[in-house]
Amino acid sequence: MKQSITLNKITQLMGFGFLKPITALFTGKPQKEDVVNFLKKIIVPLLSILLFLGVWQGGSTALFNKEANFKIEKALADQGQAAADEMKACIASGEISCQPNTLPSPSQVWASFKTLLEDHKVISADKLAFKEKTAAMNEKRVAAGKEPITYTGRPSFVDQIFTSLKTVFAGFLLALVIAVPIGVVIGLSTTLRSSFNWLIQIFKPVSPVVWLLLVFMIVKTLTKDSNSDSAFIISFISVGLCSMWATLVNTAMGVSSVDKDYINVAKVLKLGPMQKVFKVILPSSLPLIFTGLRITLSVAWMVLIAIELLAQSPGLGSFVWEEFQNGAIDSNSKIIVAMFIIGIIGFLLDRIMLTIQNMVSFNKNEGV
Amino acid sequence: MKTATLNTDTSTLSENGIQYPSKVMLDLHNLKKVYPTPKGDYVVLEDLNLQIMKEEFVTIIGHSGCGKTTMLSMIAGLNPISGGNIAVLGNPVKGPGPDRGVIFQAPSLMPWMTALENVMLGVNQVFPHASKKERKDIAKYYLHKVGLDGSFDKKAIALSQGMQQRVGIARAFAIKPKVLLLDEPFGMLDSLTRGELQDILIEIWNKEKITAVMITHDVDEAIFLADRVVMMTSGPSAKIGDILNIDFERPRTRKSVLEHNDYYKYRKHLIEFLEH
Repeated sequence: MKQSITLNKITQLMGFGFLKPITALFTGKPQKEDVVNFLKKIIVPLLSILLFLGVWQGGSTALFNKEANFKIEKALADQGQAAADEMKACIASGEISCQPNTLPSPSQVWASFKTLLEDHKVISADKLAFKEKTAAMNEKRVAAGKEPITYTGRPSFVDQIFTSLKTVFAGFLLALVIAVPIGVVIGLSTTLRSSFNWLIQIFKPVSPVVWLLLVFMIVKTLTKDSNSDSAFIISFISVGLCSMWATLVNTAMGVSSVDKDYINVAKVLKLGPMQKVFKVILPSSLPLIFTGLRITLSVAWMVLIAIELLAQSPGLGSFVWEEFQNGAIDSNSKIIVAMFIIGIIGFLLDRIMLTIQNMVSFNKNEGV
Repeated sequence: MKTATLNTDTSTLSENGIQYPSKVMLDLHNLKKVYPTPKGDYVVLEDLNLQIMKEEFVTIIGHSGCGKTTMLSMIAGLNPISGGNIAVLGNPVKGPGPDRGVIFQAPSLMPWMTALENVMLGVNQVFPHASKKERKDIAKYYLHKVGLDGSFDKKAIALSQGMQQRVGIARAFAIKPKVLLLDEPFGMLDSLTRGELQDILIEIWNKEKITAVMITHDVDEAIFLADRVVMMTSGPSAKIGDILNIDFERPRTRKSVLEHNDYYKYRKHLIEFLEH
């Protein structure tokens, strides 16, 4: 029984409270209300997924037919009946060259997903082989003081995901390092708060694209005579600057709205300013700071895709853009795969933050 | 009439060769508090004079909003004085400090700290030169005194209201203040828990004899704990309306107090004042 309690606690802490009916079904004797709960919380959501797939399938079929008819009519108008019949037969045969290019169906997306995984396996194997082949030579080159030869082949979809994650974490850390200390300082002083308020209010709504351009202007000059990876630097700084505002505002709010009782206790005990900040103010504003950080991370992930797309920085954003430009028959379904991956990773990142937030917060709130 | 004689004794006297100005621990002189409002000043307290002796336990009773809490937070130094002055052992009060420990109405514990850490927060501040172990022992001693032996390492938020207020009592006594200020500390508790905490408070107080000023709404609590009950008139411009000396022997028990002949006389006196 104890085991199931800890299991529940962990799922609760992670915001996976919806898994409770399942754990209840498997850890103890299922009660009638457990079964009802199971139906309500598992079966109904599953039905909603099926409904979603159904609408998607229907929609893509309708669009496919519309596009196909358009193609056939165009052939008829341009080249006559024979060409139209040929086009009809071509589409029906599944010949790649004449397929209408529109919203892919769920099964096409699934197939593309598998293709991308296969592709990753091939590229990984290739990379490994390259590494083995060049290992001995690189050792010599390094010994001779030369740069080792690195793999310069095309990154796989999975590599792109990791690049994006790396960029978003760098940006998130930057936001944290900038926004939390400034938020604390601003929160502590009403004067500073009112004098910096204009800056926050003006820059908070600025679009990620403009931040990117601003960062580009500065970084381009700064990295002129170094061969560092400026695309990565530009994109992570832009992500950090776009996303830090939620943390800044929340930290300032948390610090300025510390329970008056705690401040009074600190006053009566005559705590020094450092102790007051680290023992009373920061711990009591942690829940709000983490709410801010959680928003920051999700904003960072959201703007990252757009920024990568514009900055030509490798990652999921440029993957999506390249596929769109590519216009191959499975490009559209690869874009949809990327869309799902982006969504799922965003969801997981949010859950991770929620878990950390629940662990550090003294008042446990249920995940939303 | 022990307190009555103390009350008039403000002359200088010598104890162990050291000159003490008097036996007065806390002196409120012509105290005034004004809150400026758009419609003009609102006078909360005016011409409030009160002297509290060393080792005296004074309870303050009065209607809600009459300025009791304002007065207490002025003594604590958390609320600026508009006129008159407050002195502790002859030294005027300038801002808050650990010589005046406060037990707040809400337990006001840091919820992210354990019971022990909450008490240690004050102890570390007041005894910076003691060793870590000595400081821990002080904190543990007072937590033991309030009956929290098994809960040293429980987070404050995991404790019940009553338990939290026990930690609040331990925290206030552990910093060895000259004056203990209690702002309706048991007001939020149910009557059973309140009784328990009154017993705990008075038990520690009997040992430490720290001059105490306590605000309460509860007539029985006021009589049970106090040497003197100070009755405040209703605001605005509240002042001391009446003072009642409680001549029960110390240490007292609840039973002996309830069975005492004077108990209902005192009670009637207070209730008549409040209903007036």
